[in-house]
Amino acid sequence: MWRARTLDDDQTMTADTAERRPPAKRPLFRRRSAIPGFGLTMGVTLSVLSLIVLIPLSAVVLKAAQQSPAEFWTVATSQRAMAAYRLTFGAAFVAALINGVFGVLTAWALVRYDFPGKTIVNALVDLPFALPTAVAGIALATLYSPNGWVGQFLTPLGIKAAYNPVGVTIALIFIGLPFVVRTIEPVLRDAADDVEEAAASLGASRFDTILRVVLPALAPAWLTGFALAFARGVGEYGSVIFIAGNMPYKSEIAPLLIIIQLEQFEYARAATIAVVMLAVSFTMLLIINAIQAWSRRFA
Amino acid sequence: MSAVAQRHRRATDDPAWAKVLVIGTVLAFLALVLILPLVAVFAEALRKGVGAALAAVSNPDALAAVKLTLITAAIAVPFNAVFGLCASWAVAKHDFWGKSFLITLIDLPFSVSPVVAGLIYVLVFGLQGWMGEWLLDNDLKIIFAVPGIVLATVFVTFPFVARELIPLMQEQGTSEEEAAVSMGASGLYTFWRVTAPNVRWGLLYGVLLCNARAMGEFGAVSVVSGHIRGLTNTMPLHVEILYNEYDFVGAFAVAALLCLLAVVTLVLKTALEVAQPDVRAGRGGH
Repeated sequence: MWRARTLDDDQTMTADTAERRPPAKRPLFRRRSAIPGFGLTMGVTLSVLSLIVLIPLSAVVLKAAQQSPAEFWTVATSQRAMAAYRLTFGAAFVAALINGVFGVLTAWALVRYDFPGKTIVNALVDLPFALPTAVAGIALATLYSPNGWVGQFLTPLGIKAAYNPVGVTIALIFIGLPFVVRTIEPVLRDAADDVEEAAASLGASRFDTILRVVLPALAPAWLTGFALAFARGVGEYGSVIFIAGNMPYKSEIAPLLIIIQLEQFEYARAATIAVVMLAVSFTMLLIINAIQAWSRRFA
Repeated sequence: MSAVAQRHRRATDDPAWAKVLVIGTVLAFLALVLILPLVAVFAEALRKGVGAALAAVSNPDALAAVKLTLITAAIAVPFNAVFGLCASWAVAKHDFWGKSFLITLIDLPFSVSPVVAGLIYVLVFGLQGWMGEWLLDNDLKIIFAVPGIVLATVFVTFPFVARELIPLMQEQGTSEEEAAVSMGASGLYTFWRVTAPNVRWGLLYGVLLCNARAMGEFGAVSVVSGHIRGLTNTMPLHVEILYNEYDFVGAFAVAALLCLLAVVTLVLKTALEVAQPDVRAGRGGH
């Protein structure tokens, strides 16, 4: 399950190293350890990682690179592809924002308040991780279609919530929620309430305390959760295609465009769009790591 | 209200109306976003009665899909569990240069769209791919066959066990293993008698999540499967086919089975968190 790597991982690592590393001799690659099995386990790890992940991933880059740069650019920025990126990134952004609001509230309620059924609510937050995306997809499409349980109330209001970008956003809200909640929750739990008490004793109202003391402290975790939800939303396929409508230029997400190119045996074109998406994913990964490093400076 | 007023109110307590407002908003939001879809699946599955739902689930194509899903998970999950144990032993019990980078690489599949995960194997093993001709000459089929489905599933569930075990093992340190080894225990014996008992719940936690994703994966498997009924259809793909054929009762009946899987996963996961708070400790919380 997605978890932002937290301060703890690296702090225990560096603390360990600093404490036990003999200052005189520093081997180039690895500190000698009494515990055996490094060669074997590292060998297995690197071989499997290369065979399953790294070499196949390089295939998509090499396939895209078979085209000339001009060809690559034409395919990557074709009108249909641009429309798909706009929809994918736009919907993922809006969904992550909405999850940013309700995710904070959910984490706040789970950490700070007691209420009946809290254990169930806590377990339920992880439902999007456990429920197959295709199941979520058909359920949401049925609920929000014009005569579905929810859709029938939206239709008279003139709101169309399925088979258009709104539907894509709804599916991505479902998928992204636990990322925000589970990133903010531990930070909120660890946040010392003595600063809040200090603020209150200095005369700040509860509202001011939350706005000026609590929320700023949550900002790095919030940004991380937002970025994780956004990154997941950009790549999401199963829960989206049933509710999206899948009209080219209108409600076609980028992952679907890859599949369409693939079905037409346009391997290089499929690889091109995949490379664009990989580039975005890796940028998001770098941004998330940077936020983590930045928050460590203030910790 | 009176109970709240009687108690001495701490500066970090929120007023009762704020609590009610926040909890109410959260419950309403979660009911709309999470519970309603779950209820809808069962309601749609049972729309024409229990009999129709059972008939859809016991149809030969559905049973073949269930079987393939179980086979896929039975290969992918143990594979990733063994990999996770190897990776966490190497990463958490030893110091070496580039450790954070290695962890990032192990996490990589989480950042890749499932569709891209499927595409990469088509580009390697497909007819037009690197090994396509060689596979054809040797009469081996990977893409549009079971091996491709297993490979794609292994890819998308790759980090699950490792990222559960690495922080847990790092937190536990190396002193117990060092003690065992210095008293003459072999590496394997040390792992089996010292490390394994310490990490077994974390391992179970990772396996649980890995299994849920392995059985439910849709995008990656959809790209490599070829959607051959009774042969290369997993349960999620079968759901899609039935849904697109307007067989809603059938689609939702199979979906309901997958919902049960999700609910069982969440129940076991919660039970594990309550009984063994350490598994949570390994995940950044305290």
